[in-house]
Amino acid sequence: MTTTTPPAPSAPSAAPAAGPWRLARAELLRRTSVRISLVVVALFLLMAAGAPLLSALGGWSPEEFDKTAVDPYLGGSPIGPLGGVSADHWLGVEPVTGRDLIARVVHGAQVSLFIALTATAIVVVAGTAAGVAAGYFGGRTDAVLSRLMDLTMSFPSLIFMIAMMSVARDVNRIALMTAVIGLFGWPGIARVVRGQTLSLKHREYVDAARVGGAGPWRILTRDILPGVAGPVIAYTTLIVPGMIATEAALSYLGVGVRPPTPSWGQMIAESVAFYDTDPMYFVIPSTCLFLTVLAFTLLGDALRDVLDPRSGRA
Amino acid sequence: MILYTARRLLGVAGVLLAIAAVTFTVFYVLPSDPAAAACGKSCSADRLEAIRAQMGLDQPLWRQFADFVTGVFTGRTMGSGQYALHCDFPCLGYSYENSEAVWDLLMDRLPVSASLALGAAVLWLLLGLSAGVTAALRKDTLTDRALMVGAVAAASMPVYFTSMMLIYGLIRVAGLLPYPQYVPFAEDPGHWASNLLLPWLALAVLYAAMYARQSRSSMIETLAEPYIRTARAKGLPRRTVVVKHALRAGMTPVLTIFGMDLGGLLAGAVITESIFGLPGIGRLFYGALSTGDQPVILGVTLLAATFIVVANLAVDLLYAVVDPRVRF
Repeated sequence: MTTTTPPAPSAPSAAPAAGPWRLARAELLRRTSVRISLVVVALFLLMAAGAPLLSALGGWSPEEFDKTAVDPYLGGSPIGPLGGVSADHWLGVEPVTGRDLIARVVHGAQVSLFIALTATAIVVVAGTAAGVAAGYFGGRTDAVLSRLMDLTMSFPSLIFMIAMMSVARDVNRIALMTAVIGLFGWPGIARVVRGQTLSLKHREYVDAARVGGAGPWRILTRDILPGVAGPVIAYTTLIVPGMIATEAALSYLGVGVRPPTPSWGQMIAESVAFYDTDPMYFVIPSTCLFLTVLAFTLLGDALRDVLDPRSGRA
Repeated sequence: MILYTARRLLGVAGVLLAIAAVTFTVFYVLPSDPAAAACGKSCSADRLEAIRAQMGLDQPLWRQFADFVTGVFTGRTMGSGQYALHCDFPCLGYSYENSEAVWDLLMDRLPVSASLALGAAVLWLLLGLSAGVTAALRKDTLTDRALMVGAVAAASMPVYFTSMMLIYGLIRVAGLLPYPQYVPFAEDPGHWASNLLLPWLALAVLYAAMYARQSRSSMIETLAEPYIRTARAKGLPRRTVVVKHALRAGMTPVLTIFGMDLGGLLAGAVITESIFGLPGIGRLFYGALSTGDQPVILGVTLLAATFIVVANLAVDLLYAVVDPRVRF
């Protein structure tokens, strides 16, 4: 066994050579908004991941009725303050059914976040690749990709998504929803990236690289991609929340996840009818949705500020 | 440029045809028999056959599609003999539910959806762009921070959330506005606007927030460009630099998004219309979905697609006008 070489002695004043990623991380963590957002996102992700555990802890499964928690003489409104908060139900219960709100919210988080994050990943990867290729190579590649983007984007996506979701019957609704949302999302980012690439490729530094003998792969990864990274990150910022919102919208319209499986959008849709008599029922899933979207947005903003070399110099 | 436009126009036709084909295939291969539904319970085999023929359901799929496309351009006669039904240009077929021409249904509802979309667009452009540009010009000041915090919060609220808050705050608690009820513009412009104000606001809050963020970041990027420095160095007044030089280039990304958003909304904001009970195309579509009214579903999808395609084309052409760096 050889011993590991001790770190080379360095001048005591010199800080360890910091890579750009470490610098970025330090810069990110310096911001209060980032730290708070990270905590919020982490909490919701944990909540989503540990949903079965959490609801077991509370003692209620998300689909379990509790008739004792609602008052049948008051149209089934929850018994207790703030929408039926009690030792049994920490955040109260649903009107009429008496299902536990905590259990439903955490299971809803699982469904909503899984769909949103998976769809985002599909959209960002596909969109950036298509956009850069179309913008940079131009010609036939651009023609084909742009036609495909036009075609996909000309589909009235929400309308088509609703229609497809309502037509499909015996399929895994979560998988279908992820696929459908992802399918219509990519051209948005691809177009933004393409437009940016188009105006970047006539810039002097790209011409210089080309004259210097750099191949297309090198130019794409070294000169174009960093140039479009800002818009991509800014757009992803709008995409994660957008995806969460789309999932919620589909479920809100009743074509998303089927009851009794909860999702935030579906809970909000159900609670709208009670907004007058039991506002807490509306407030709880809405707040979760709002906080998650807000936290992802703030995170994305900070990421963009730190990682986008051009706006960083501004 | 002219060549480009011509090519794009051809592309538009192709895209619409492709969308029609995809939609047609997806929704006509449904496991349902609208003829049986239209015929009712005590239906003779003879009459069922006639209805199927009238609806064109006895034809192979490609034939139905070809007939449909022909009908759009020239009108067509559906079925024959006693049950023949003439459908005038532009023929999108008849609703299975109430036998009205789909085109007429769409045109009935269009003013509602268009009022909603255009009014909201005016609001959100005014609010969003002025907030975004102001924030960019005062980067890192208190104004900038306050505007962006507001924008981030507003962008995080889904439209039904905002709508419910507005309904609760402005209608239930404050009693400032009536519950929206669509009044045609021609009938009473004042009531038209006051009734639509709430849905406009609900839609505009979300979009304005997104536009403020987008326009701020692209303005900041533009203001850092060398040609802006050049313009400043020449001694141009700040106003000229901002309005004549920076705004033009800074607005290109916003323009892209605006085309998509407006096109998408013109043919119906399904959620907003259903929350506020506005009888627009979105509502028509939602109703058609639950009854499996395929001609209406296809009609709405096609109309929406047309709006989006045309808006996108307009934006692409404007691109070159707005930003001289973009060449075709």
